[in-house]
Amino acid sequence: MIETFYETLRRQGITRRSFLKFCSLTATSLGLGSAFAPRIAHALETKPRTPVIWLHGLECTCCSESFIRSAHPLAKDVVLSMLSLDYDDTLMAAAGHQAEAILEEIKKKYKGQYILAVEGNPPLNEGGMYCIQSGKPFVEKLKYMAADAKAIISWGSCASWGCVQAAKPNPTQAVPVHKVITDKPIIKVPGCPPIAEVMTGVVTYMLTFDRIPELDRQGRPKMFYGQRIHDKCYRRPHFDAGQFVEEWDDDAARRGYCLYKMGCKGPTTYNACSTTRWNGGVSFPIASGHGCIGCSEEGFWDKGGFYDRLTHIKQFGVEANADKVGGTAAAVAGAAVAAHAAVSAIKRARVNHAEENQGGK
Amino acid sequence: MSLARDSSSYHDMATATGVDEAAVQQAPSIKSMYVYEAPVRLWHWVNALCIVTLAASGYLIGSPLPSMPGEASDSFLFGYIRFAHFAAAYILAVGFLVRIYWGFAGNSHAREIFTLPLLTAAYWREVGAMLQWYAFLRPYPNRYVGHNPLARLAMFFGVFLMTLFMLATGFALYGEGAQAGHWSHILFTSWVIPLFGQSQDVHTWHHLGMWAIVLFVIFHVYAAIREDIMGRQSMLSTMISGYRMLKK
Ligand code: HEM
Ligand code: SF4
Repeated sequence: MIETFYETLRRQGITRRSFLKFCSLTATSLGLGSAFAPRIAHALETKPRTPVIWLHGLECTCCSESFIRSAHPLAKDVVLSMLSLDYDDTLMAAAGHQAEAILEEIKKKYKGQYILAVEGNPPLNEGGMYCIQSGKPFVEKLKYMAADAKAIISWGSCASWGCVQAAKPNPTQAVPVHKVITDKPIIKVPGCPPIAEVMTGVVTYMLTFDRIPELDRQGRPKMFYGQRIHDKCYRRPHFDAGQFVEEWDDDAARRGYCLYKMGCKGPTTYNACSTTRWNGGVSFPIASGHGCIGCSEEGFWDKGGFYDRLTHIKQFGVEANADKVGGTAAAVAGAAVAAHAAVSAIKRARVNHAEENQGGK
Repeated sequence: MSLARDSSSYHDMATATGVDEAAVQQAPSIKSMYVYEAPVRLWHWVNALCIVTLAASGYLIGSPLPSMPGEASDSFLFGYIRFAHFAAAYILAVGFLVRIYWGFAGNSHAREIFTLPLLTAAYWREVGAMLQWYAFLRPYPNRYVGHNPLARLAMFFGVFLMTLFMLATGFALYGEGAQAGHWSHILFTSWVIPLFGQSQDVHTWHHLGMWAIVLFVIFHVYAAIREDIMGRQSMLSTMISGYRMLKK
């Protein structure tokens, strides 16, 4: 039998006191209040660890890089022991047939009980040959392992939306996980990468409560993706005041004014960066003087420049945006109306003239 | 009779006082009928004011004015611009609901902008006639009591559907700031944002919607003035008094 989370911790020499501290911290970071700490503790003491299979499709491993940097809870001490992370071809020591055997074993032994975490996504073009693993297209491995999973976590923007490999023109026809797996609950944790604490937070929630967190309509956990960067941005007072950075390194930039005019995507991006920040709460892009690029939003590569406030509308050329398209249309309409008015006036004058001549006869 | 006895002094008096009963008696009588009831006219002008406010403030939301100096607490300029947008938006929304109610309660002309007689051949014939009139292929248009058929087509799309579109996208964006649980979030944000893909796309479409409305306004104002001058029925005064005057 797999040991419980608590047993694992004790075996690793972690005191009960530290364990309880972790439980209250987790309760707080999930926004649950202190009353939930004992419940978390109880769950971790009694439940066997849930097996997790972590697959990698077309990706850059930034999700894994982020994950292993989680500060609270510390990925090293806690999450890697808490999850029974049975398969992760980036992190595990096993390789080759030995590694693939684990997949088979988990699939059989924990049918319908394991969590399938997917980093990256499957390319479908040319029968999926743009991502081959253990001699097979990744999309087949994904479908095979998903069939007996309890739930799927789509790590990052790749698995959630498609991200850079699915950006136009998407030559490999990379698609997000929910396009190929349609019969399992999917939790999207978008971001490029997602915030480490959000990743561990989602996992902790699922393991302690044995259910998936409440999701929004697009399948993201509400507790982390319920608000926009803009809603909790510390530069928001400057936004409301109308104080904007106009150019990099201008005086306004030095004063830390709002980055809206520099194309900040905070007002359209759902993520927790402005609350949890990054690297253990040290900073996040806006605090470092750069606008949000909207990396957790669907298709963020295809919305034009990271430094443009208005989205590019490519159908009208690379440089077009809503104002250029609309302004041109309005100018053309104005000119047409003026020309029509002129012709109308001339025409009317002629008719009047003719009528007068007739009257004169 | 007695009035016209001394025609030269009558003329002097008429020019001095403006009272000219003889001219009134000789003048051709113009037919007029009451078409636009008070709620329709009131809504028209309130709506026009809202749209101008929304377009101006909306443009400034998309392309803000030069930066304000000083402390953040010194000013609330962008906040006020957004407030103007949202206040006008609420008035537009309430006005629109009242106007829909009046579509049911009012006279038949009050319904015209909400429906199109798509399957009536005669309607499309009249649309064709109006197009010919604008293409200078007809010397005179027909006389229409309510909206002319081409105007009705333009109103259905440019006013009815565009207002619905701007309300749906606008309140979807508004609900993002108002947060989950707010009525606008429940009614609009929850489905409009996923429908378009993401929030930025809704911004872009909402912004393009503004330009579609600007186009409508250009054509609408031009056509109204031109019909008033060159067509066979009154336009501008009708939207003030409610009475449509038909010329010969
Ligand atoms: C005639 C109708 C309207 C016009 C012409 C209009 C125009 C605009 C424009 C041009 C923008 C800037 C979009 C961008 O580039 O991000 C905007 C933003 C916005 N509009 Fe409207 N709008 C209209 C109606 C409404 C309505 C009915 C609402 C409902 C509350 C609304 C709410 C908003 C919101 C919330 C924003 C975003 C503000 C922000 O990001 O701070 N609009 N509007
Ligand atoms: S910097 Fe970006 S997120 Fe922050 S207030 Fe300005 S626009 Fe919003």
